[in-house]
Parts: sequence; C-alpha cells; structure tokens
Amino acid sequence: MKFLRNIFDNAHAKLNKSEKTKKFFPLVDAFDTLMFTPNHTTKSGAHFRDAIDLKRTMMLVIMAMIPALLFGIFNAGHWHYVALGEVASDDYSGMIGDKILYGLLKVVPLLIVSYGVGLGIEFIFAIRNGHAVQEGFLVSGMLIPLIMPVDVPLWMVAVGTAFAVLIGKEVFGGTGMNILNVALTARAFMFFSFPTSLSGDKTWVGGIAKMKTDGTLVDSISGATDLGKLAAAKGNFLDAATKTGQEATDLIASSDSLMSSVGSFKDAFFGFEIGSIGETSALMILIGAALLLKTGIASWKVMVSFFLGGLTIAAILNKVGGNPYFDFDPIHQLMLGGFMFGMVFMATDPVTAAQTSTGKFIYGFLAGSLGILIRMANPAYPEGVMLGILIANVCAPTIDHMVIRANVQKRLKRLKTA
Amino acid sequence: MSKSIKIRKGLDINLIGEADKVVIDAPRAKTYALKPVDFHGVIPKMVLKVGDKVKAGGVVFKSKYNMDINFVSPVSGTLKDVVRGAKRKILSVVIEADNVDEYETINVPSIDGMDAESAKQFLMTTGLWPLIKMRPLDVIAKATDTPSAIYISGFDSKPLAADYDYTLHGKDKEFQTGIDILKKLTTGAVHLTLKNGMADNALKGVKGCTINSISGPHPAGNVGVQIHHIKPLNKGEVVWVVNAQDVAMIGQTALTGKYDATRLFALTGEKAKNRKYYRALIGAEVGTITSGNIEKEGARIISGNVLTGYTTTEEDHIGFYHSQLTVLKDGNEHKFFLTNGWLGLGFGRFSVSRAYPGWLTPKKKWSVDTNLNGEERAFVVTEQYEKVFPFDIFPVQLVKAAITSDIDKLEQLGIYEVAPEDFALCEVICTSKIDSQKYIREALDLIEKECF
Repeated sequence: MKFLRNIFDNAHAKLNKSEKTKKFFPLVDAFDTLMFTPNHTTKSGAHFRDAIDLKRTMMLVIMAMIPALLFGIFNAGHWHYVALGEVASDDYSGMIGDKILYGLLKVVPLLIVSYGVGLGIEFIFAIRNGHAVQEGFLVSGMLIPLIMPVDVPLWMVAVGTAFAVLIGKEVFGGTGMNILNVALTARAFMFFSFPTSLSGDKTWVGGIAKMKTDGTLVDSISGATDLGKLAAAKGNFLDAATKTGQEATDLIASSDSLMSSVGSFKDAFFGFEIGSIGETSALMILIGAALLLKTGIASWKVMVSFFLGGLTIAAILNKVGGNPYFDFDPIHQLMLGGFMFGMVFMATDPVTAAQTSTGKFIYGFLAGSLGILIRMANPAYPEGVMLGILIANVCAPTIDHMVIRANVQKRLKRLKTA
Repeated sequence: MSKSIKIRKGLDINLIGEADKVVIDAPRAKTYALKPVDFHGVIPKMVLKVGDKVKAGGVVFKSKYNMDINFVSPVSGTLKDVVRGAKRKILSVVIEADNVDEYETINVPSIDGMDAESAKQFLMTTGLWPLIKMRPLDVIAKATDTPSAIYISGFDSKPLAADYDYTLHGKDKEFQTGIDILKKLTTGAVHLTLKNGMADNALKGVKGCTINSISGPHPAGNVGVQIHHIKPLNKGEVVWVVNAQDVAMIGQTALTGKYDATRLFALTGEKAKNRKYYRALIGAEVGTITSGNIEKEGARIISGNVLTGYTTTEEDHIGFYHSQLTVLKDGNEHKFFLTNGWLGLGFGRFSVSRAYPGWLTPKKKWSVDTNLNGEERAFVVTEQYEKVFPFDIFPVQLVKAAITSDIDKLEQLGIYEVAPEDFALCEVICTSKIDSQKYIREALDLIEKECF
C-alpha cells in the first residue's frame, strides 16, 4: 500500500512540475482515487460524512449486472453450437467449456471496445475541462455490451458508444447532467443507423450469417428472436385478412408455425433463448435487482411501476385480442426481449429517471407501458422497451415539474389564506 | 393551541463520545473573545479601543447597521487585540481577563410593567439581544420587526449535544423569567417544544407559553422543523427563535441585574478523554477546557457540534452560540480502496446507505473521522435527502435553486422555512458530497439582500 501510495505521490509531484503536464492531472488522479479514497477532509458544514460515495454506488450496479453478464457469455456460446448442430438446444451442459470460451471471445472484445472508447472520451474531456473523471461511464460501459446482439461488429459499438458519450452526455455537462440514458442512446443510435446488424435474423447468434451462406446452419434455428417471431406472426395473420384463397391459408399456416416455434415460458424466464447478450435471463436480472433493491441503490418505485405499466398494456391488448400476438400470454411476453433488463438497469438510472417520489411512479409506469405498447402495436420493430424508456426519459423533467408545482401551489395557497 | 407532532424522516446519529453528567469548573482563561463571524451578517463597529478597560457586560462593539444592538464583554478586563483578516474584516476581539469579574450595573425594569419597547431596550442594552434570532434568514432578530410568534426548542437532538434537561436543571425561576420577558416581544404565542412532551421541570413546569410535543429522530430538535409543523412560515412573516439555555440566561440577567456569561460546555467526541460538562464563560479560550482533556494528536477540535460547528484550535475561543466542544479524529489520510476505502467490506464505517453493512447494527455507536469519504460530484443519486428532511419541501431542488441563485425558485420552493442547520443531515449522507449548508446560507443572504 505504502509502495502504491508512493508511486501516485511521485506521479503527482512530477506532473505538477511543469504547466504543460499539469493538465494531465485528471488522468493520474482518476487512477489514484480508484486505488485510494483521497485524503480530503471536510472544509465547511458537517464535519464528518457518510462513507458512501459515487464509486461504491456505481460499483454495486456493476456487480448487480455480473450474473446477467456471465449468463450472457454462456448463452452466446450455447446458441452458437446449437446453430452449428453440435449440441441439442436443450443440452445445456454439453460442450460447456467450448461454449464459455466462445462466449468470452465474443463478449470480452465488446467490453473492451465499450470501456475503451467511452472512458477514452471521458478522459479527453476531463483533461480538456480540467475536472475529475466522474464515475458515470463505469455503469454505461457495462450496459452497452449487455444490450448488443452477439454478432454486432465492434466498430459499430465504438461509433455508437462515442456518439452516446459525446452527444448523449458530455454536451450536457457530463455525469449527472444527461437527459437520456447513455447506454440506450448508444443502442438507439446504432439501431437506426445499422438496422441489419442490430435486428433481424442474422445477428443474434454468433457466426449465423456465415452459417447461412455456408449452409451449415441447422434447420430448427431461424435466427429470429421470440419477439421477432411474434411480430412476424402477427404481421402474417393480419396480412391474411386482406388476402383470399391459397395465399391467405399459407399466411395463416406460416403465422401458426411461427407461434409454435416461440420458446416456452421456462426458457424465457431462465434465459435459454436468443437475444441481446445480457437481456435474456429474467432470473439473472432479478438476482441483480435483488442486490440493487436490498442496497437501496435502485428505486423500487420505478421497478414496480414499470412492471405494472407493461403488464397493464399487455393485459389490455390481451383482452382486445384479435391476433396471435395479442392472444399471447402477457406475463410470458414480459419475460421476453429487453423488458426485464430495461426495468432493472435502464429505467432506474437515477439521472434520467424522475427524481421525485410521486414522479417515479408516473415515470416508471409511463416507460413500462410505452415500451410494451410500442413492442406490440407498431408494425416496424419487434421491440419497444428501448424507445419506451427513452421517451419516458424525455418526459421525466416534465413529470417532476408537475409534482413540484403541486408543492409550490400548496405554499402559494397557504400564503393567500394566511 | 399546543400541538403534538410526529416526524418519521430524519436520523439519530449515535457517535462515540457523549459527555458524562458531571460538572467541572474550567480554570479561568487568560483571554476571552467575541467573534463577529458568530453573528452572521453583523458588521461590527468598535466601541472600545485596544487597551481600554471593560467590565463584564460592558459594550465592546455595536452592529454598524443597527447601533442599538450591543455586543458585550463576558468578563472584566482589558481589550487586548482586534484580530483582522482580509480587507481588514474583524475576525476576533480579544479581551485579557482580570482576576476577578466586576459587573456593569444593569437597571432591570419591572417585568410586569414591561412593554415590547422596554423589553427590547432591556435586551439590547444588556447585550442579550444577539441571543434572539429570526426566521426566515437565521440571523439576529431585527428590532423593528414584530414577530408573529417566538419559538423555543426544548432539546437539542444533534449528535452528542448537551442535554438541556441537565444543564437547565434547577433553573426554573430563570427560565420562567426569560419566558416572561420574551412574551412581551410578540403579539402571538411563545412556543416551547419538548421531546415527546417530556423534560426537566425547569422546562416542563413553565407557565405562560404554549408547550408542544414532538417525537422522532433528529432534526426533531431543530426549531425550524418544529415551526414548519406547528405553523409553516409564509413569505413576509417573521418569527423569532431562542435557544432554551439562552432563555434562562435572559431570565438570570433580569433576576440578578448583572450580565453573567457562565455557561455549561459539554466536552464530547471520540478524541476527548475527560468527557464532562465544564463550567466556563462564553467566549473562553478553548484550551482552558480541552487542555489535558483530549488527545491532541490527529484530532480536530470543533466549537459546537459535528453538524453545524466550526473548526477551532486550543488558542482560539469558543463560539458565542456554542455550548459544546467536539473532538473528532482527523481524516487526513489516504484510504486504500479494498481495506478501509470505497470498495472495502466496510464494517465499522458509518453509513446510512445499505451499500455498507452498518444497517445491520442499528444500535452501534460510530467512530467517525473528518474525511470526506469521496469527492464532490454532480447530483446523481435521488431521494436521498428526502429521507432525512422532515419538511414538506423538495430539498434537492431547493439546493439546486440555491446553487444557481434563482430567487424565484427559492421563494417558490420554500427558502423562507429553512435554515442551514436543517440541511446538515442531507450534507452528511450525500453521496455526491455537496456542501448544502453553505449553499443554503448563501441563498438566505441573497434573499435578505434582494427581498427584505
């Protein structure tokens, strides 16, 4: 420890020698404060402070994501070998070493690119503006790989991350100042810029594009996610109504076969389905949620209202019915796609969520219900949770404004009657 | 109408180092001082020159913008020094004490025959006026105001605070007389608020004032919280507040006809060894109480309590309003992240957050140091302040309005109802280490300048 301390002290002393190197202070400082809580003492106000700081808060969020990450690594390998036909889709323990190795080879580069690009930009801004590196990106850097398809090209992740950090965060003033969730900004940017790499049936399973051209892909794997299948089934079913004769019968049949290829509820809950790396396993996400709720770092108000929001819309559309998607079990549906992941790790981002207690309930409900509404009702994209949360992010300041205005009005009314 | 208040939000912080209920006479200090910094917003106009003789209760300086308000010497002696800082601002007026006190004679008018004017006159000439503060603003009361009520908190809920039940025990008559005088100053009621409605007879047995009860954790003892729950302040309204011990001091001066600055000071904190109550005069040299009674190495001496006091030294003097000295471990050390730093298991580190295991041992008495335990950051975590802020006010939004000096927002969000001390807990538990008391003080100064 003493030895480490000396290294940092020497580095600081060396940097301070000349004006030219002084501006690199944030660089050394970031690593210094990572290894040592600094020796700053209270200067004004209360003389002692709580031991909690932003570093620990952020680190706990990262820890909460680790179950989902580990499962994601396994799952990436699993589906790769299933698609090659080397293991059966329900043979989870077969070739386990190969699966993990393949997963690591897929996921670790994503992590490196995401953290490398994001932190690089953060460092540049810290040096340019002469402030300390704030911890916000530690979480975003982990979130971005977890919401990517396995086969996304690394350069796209780099571009998306750079866009999100620059336009989503730094232009607003950095950590704590952004309006939109940084990781979702990255994903939304990539989703609309490179749609074929972020959706469709050639990106969710590692190496599937090559398998399709080689013909090595097994027949049972189409490469579409369950949500993609549901959306397609709905599309075909609705198309059938406008057609007649054989064409209509074919569409109905294809709709039926898509519906029957959707995985079971158990698969969806445990995560044995294809999808973004970290989003598939509801169970692993809930383990993370338990940690976040127990430590009080994420808001239960957002999580609960988010879930209720999604459930309400899914249940209403289920009652409306009229096509195979709407008739699909609402709870099963909520376990699919990014709903659970968005609920636990995205909507709860305290910076972009509503900040008032009442506001959190409204915000969470809005995000969850919009997410499911977009997912089920729009004809273009199979998933809507990302957009639901981003729209709720935009509304959050207004929600807070309304809640606070009620308090202000109360005070004004008191003044008038006094 | 007496009220019974129950608050849920807040936090009782159990620290190591409470004072034993034993009184020791502190040795007489060589020097005593009045520090204008204690009287926020007062610009002193010196009456005495260096070398002038003064009796206990004799005027040392006046407030430049209100020459009726006297600031008087706690001892008889000679004016030794006027310590000045940047821009010749007076930091401290030091009086070298004689061996025995001679008192300035005070003409006490009959209390029954007193009206508001003569009560004010009495308090101002005797130098007792600075004990009365006003809300909003949390500064010394303005004599031109007529307060709609006067509020007295019957206990101090801050960590390690002096126990009023103990320090005021037996002062029934003094306290009653003080209340009688204060009653003349307001057209409304004098409110005394007791913890769970219980207190020493000196407080509980008092007549002529409304006795309220409050229960709940700190800041239940903050008079601002009590006012907010009894009758929240509106813009344009003024109430006055007096510390319970100071009520007794007002009464005592009226009864004896001399300005007796004797007060009990609790010596508290982990680094204090001889934690007792010390009898000394207001403004005494800190060293007369701490010398030999604390571990000086690696310690910070605080005049006042850990939440609102200020750092001092043994050579310096105790603050005018303080009845407590706290000695904490100094936290000027790098903490390695895995052992006692930010990523350690964290047993033994004080934290309200469940990210540390402290919540497993709610009864534990904590050892704390003055380390900031992190660096200042932007607001990230939400609904943290709200848990310890028992007002119907949005604290983070108010602090943000204070940081941006947005007067409209400050007024709308309730700046008139708060004092810096109400934000002390927010400051303690803040993940982003934001010095909110400082911002609220600056905002109140801005409001005073622009809206009064």
